[in-house]
Amino acid sequence: MLLRLTFLSSKLDRCLHNRAQQRHIFIATALTIGSFLFGKDARLADMMDRGELHDKNVEYELKRQERIDARLKTLQSTRPMKPMYKGHVPLTAIEKMILFTVSGVRSFFHPENGINIVQLGESTALPFVLENLKQTMLSDETGRRILREKPNVTTDQLDMGKLSKLPKNTFGYRFFKWLEKEGVSPDTRAPVTYIDDPVHAYIFKRYRQCHDFYHSLNDLPIIIEGEITVKALEAANLGIPMAALGALLAPLRLKSVQRDRLYDIYLPWAVKTGLSCKPLINVYWEELLEKDIDKLKKELGITAPPDLREIRKERAQKRKQLKLRYENFDQ
Amino acid sequence: MLKVASFKNYVNFANAKTIGRLFSSNNALNKVDGGKFTDFGSKMVPLAEKQKLVGGVFSSVASKYDIMNDVMSLGIHRCWKDHFINKLDAGKRPNSDTPLSFIDVAGGSGDIAFGLLDHAEEKFHDTQSTMDIIDINPDMLKEGEKRALEQNKYYNNPRVRFMIQNGEVLDAIESNSKDIYTVSFGIRNFTDIQAGLNTAHRVLKPGGIFYCLEFSKIENGLVDFGYQQWAKVLPFMGSVIANDYDSYQYLVESIERFPDQETFKYMIEKAGFQSVGYENLTFGTCAIHWGIKV
Repeated sequence: MLLRLTFLSSKLDRCLHNRAQQRHIFIATALTIGSFLFGKDARLADMMDRGELHDKNVEYELKRQERIDARLKTLQSTRPMKPMYKGHVPLTAIEKMILFTVSGVRSFFHPENGINIVQLGESTALPFVLENLKQTMLSDETGRRILREKPNVTTDQLDMGKLSKLPKNTFGYRFFKWLEKEGVSPDTRAPVTYIDDPVHAYIFKRYRQCHDFYHSLNDLPIIIEGEITVKALEAANLGIPMAALGALLAPLRLKSVQRDRLYDIYLPWAVKTGLSCKPLINVYWEELLEKDIDKLKKELGITAPPDLREIRKERAQKRKQLKLRYENFDQ
Repeated sequence: MLKVASFKNYVNFANAKTIGRLFSSNNALNKVDGGKFTDFGSKMVPLAEKQKLVGGVFSSVASKYDIMNDVMSLGIHRCWKDHFINKLDAGKRPNSDTPLSFIDVAGGSGDIAFGLLDHAEEKFHDTQSTMDIIDINPDMLKEGEKRALEQNKYYNNPRVRFMIQNGEVLDAIESNSKDIYTVSFGIRNFTDIQAGLNTAHRVLKPGGIFYCLEFSKIENGLVDFGYQQWAKVLPFMGSVIANDYDSYQYLVESIERFPDQETFKYMIEKAGFQSVGYENLTFGTCAIHWGIKV
């Protein structure tokens, strides 16, 4: 194109029909213009402007400090908004997609690493899901109270000593016993980082913290089958996408016996209970610690599932008996 | 489960910063209001708080420090450190009787310290020089000892001491007792850099060498532009991959705040060192500064 233009444009340019010549002129032009921008003269002029060339003048320090402050400012203004709460890291839309992709891939290969699941959960908790949950909470009196008072589930708020002294049929006592049996403490929930709206962030934090309450209420253990069951219950009841993702994809990694147990007994129970019982996000667990557990379950509309640890123990015993019988036979 | 850096509890002293800009004539000497406030990344925090806050940063990154360094410098930090060790070329020469005493400050993870001892052993067959590895953060020292244990060298060795000390004071180290003082990517975290340099001068013997590797001002415009884009992306990447946004943000800002080559050279001269010089690495991304105590 350039060739043809220079060839046809002017009668004076009749001599420039050599392609090599045209390339030379093009390169020379580019280099000249480049030297105006980046060449030695331009660099020296910049240095003179900054006061670096001759004896450092009085303005040198101030100007340098200004430059450093400008650079610091660009480093700090990478976030699309100011943090809305402690620990908030605001992300742009592209960054959110990158977070979703990276955490999705990492969760697929390493689901045992809590951080991956946490990040995937936050990146899939889209605003409309949390807004829906917020509306559920706002339409219920206890839900409104929870949003107003913002209770935080930690060991200091739930006094373990007090729980152990409660009567044996109360929810608090059963909760304490379940924590002891499974060997976990309620402090191990990760803080919310990537959710932008502070109310949504609190709702998500509340959802994470109540996970253990769902476990202990239904006496489901923390082994992977129990976790999948609770996730399915949460998905059916609250509609959190990560819970649904986990409940659908995690069973594929299990042994067939475990998978059959899940599909036959626990997942149907979870879905049925989740859809029929009261929205669990509206339950003020901290106030119900002294309530009788059976009454609580009835009020919420939950029926207990078969004891998972019992079923597994029975099966393990049967297998052991079988093994012993045939080992003796071999000898 | 997750170690949240403790400095998230700091308060932003916005007014102190504006006052600070009026009084501080030198970016490095950022003490203002009679030494009450100092810089922490780009925030102004009370002097006493900065040590704790910096400690918090390094506690949360201690176990992944090497990975973080690899990510931040794309692995080039290993080349820099190798060049640093080779250029110093330290070790007791075969015709000498007196072993050298090294001190590596803010070197908790031990990479420079062990590298120096290994170089002395390989090049000069020096198996007698002693090394003091100093760090203000016990978690970083723990990582260093763990590494010594894993490589089964320098662990429980009378030659190597791991000590928790403040680099600005070094109260357990006698004056005029060290031949070589090294500090690698640590001096920018000092609350008072000049005090750190003065202590280095005190601790070295006459004839002792001060050797410092630290991030500095990039001289090349293109590389600087590339670095700035990288520095903008890094905290987000740290957040996604390491789940730690604030530590990387602090590190990137502390690199920006550190004085440039000439200013740091002036500070070293002010501490009393002679023959002070520097060498730029990778277009000035980091620089080796040296000085000799006379």
